Amino acid sequence: MPFDLPFLAESFAALLRGIPLTLQLAALSVIAGGFLAFALAFMRISGKWWLDAPAQFYIFVFRGTPLLVQIYIIYYGLSQFPMLRHSLLWPFLREAYWCAVLALAFNTAAYSAEIIRGGLLSVPAGQIEAARACGMSGHLLFRRIVMPLALRQMLPGYSNEIILMVKSTALASTITLLEITGIAAKLISVSYRTVEVFVCAGAIYLAINFLVARLFAWLEYTVSPETRRPEEHHA
Amino acid sequence: MDYVRLMGFWPGGWGYSLLTATAMTVAVALCGFLVGVVLGCLGAAASFSRLRAFRWAADVYTTLLRGIPDLLVIYLFYFGSSSLLTTVGALFGAEGFVGAPAFLTGALAIGVVSGAYQMQVFRGAVLALPKGEIEAGRAYGMKSLLLFRRIVLPQAARFAIPGVGNVWQLVLKESALISVIGLVELMRQAQIGAGSTRQPFSFYLTAGALYLLISFISGRGFRLAEQRAMRGIRRVA
Repeated sequence: MPFDLPFLAESFAALLRGIPLTLQLAALSVIAGGFLAFALAFMRISGKWWLDAPAQFYIFVFRGTPLLVQIYIIYYGLSQFPMLRHSLLWPFLREAYWCAVLALAFNTAAYSAEIIRGGLLSVPAGQIEAARACGMSGHLLFRRIVMPLALRQMLPGYSNEIILMVKSTALASTITLLEITGIAAKLISVSYRTVEVFVCAGAIYLAINFLVARLFAWLEYTVSPETRRPEEHHA
Repeated sequence: MDYVRLMGFWPGGWGYSLLTATAMTVAVALCGFLVGVVLGCLGAAASFSRLRAFRWAADVYTTLLRGIPDLLVIYLFYFGSSSLLTTVGALFGAEGFVGAPAFLTGALAIGVVSGAYQMQVFRGAVLALPKGEIEAGRAYGMKSLLLFRRIVLPQAARFAIPGVGNVWQLVLKESALISVIGLVELMRQAQIGAGSTRQPFSFYLTAGALYLLISFISGRGFRLAEQRAMRGIRRVA
């Protein structure tokens, strides 16, 4: 099978138009899911069972079921309730776009909560004791000592989660959204040239994920100066 | 209760079809998982190879398939093999589109994806072996294959269990994506039920609960296996 360059270029151009939607879905859900994840992580480490148990249950449910089920429950399932259909939320829940964002956010929150919890728990007790000895407490302690240290710990895990999220946005194509995979499926079903379309779409995803990975590697480098080798000559 | 009537095991209830579909989900996930184990082993072996071409190929495999959405890979396998079959079919006089078998292509697709993750698990498990063990084996005059069978495999298998369990959970959840190419597994059956009764919430919720049940039970199984494999290992802390 000869590789048809004009077709390849055409498909690539068509797929490129899906990038903004893919990035939007990923960004919105990561941001919204991030807030929820923080709330869940704090519930987990609160030490109060009535906060811990619901958070654990949430995480168990959302990590134990396929994302596709979650998307379908929100997009198709909620329409089963007439009450919801007549509520103020319906203009949002009717839209595939907001349903996808909601499902992705709920999903990533469950995974990120555990990453954040791991980061918070990894802060050495001595650091906190030292801060208390210096007279810090509450917010100041959290802002100056706990958060910076925890953030650094959770960066590698969180970058994996964001890459997974970028890949998960592909499922939005199952509820009619034309992001990269949606466009790819459409192109394939029209042209039957699976391999060419797949190569183009795959390359775009790989490029996005490569950039995300580099960005986080850079972030990690900037926030952990003390783990670098000391520079040879100081001015 | 409407819900109970809908999901029951009597005429008009969807209980049996959902249970059969659950069995199909487990079957396709298991097949995909096994394909992944084989590919993961091959990939890990290639990544430790002395030949640079092998190491490179393994690296490309795991990087590519971990960076591309699984749904796209499933489309590639399904439509790719279908168009191949259609071409071959046309040679033998068949007319029109020949669809590839959904079970086979689906299991292969999630197998190839999970192999990329499995490979990392196996690599990690082999790297976790103390170097001295391998040197000691060599000192006794063991050749590669014997060394692998007697020293590396039994210990690496032990370290790999938690990671393998994670990959299994991943495969189980990914298997829901095979519904898009028409295999009647749990997700597809729920779609069918939702479509014909106009009760999507009840059906997707039930499907979700069944997935949760499978992952809960298999999670327990893996934890037991880990405990068993780790007996006799001294652990700090």
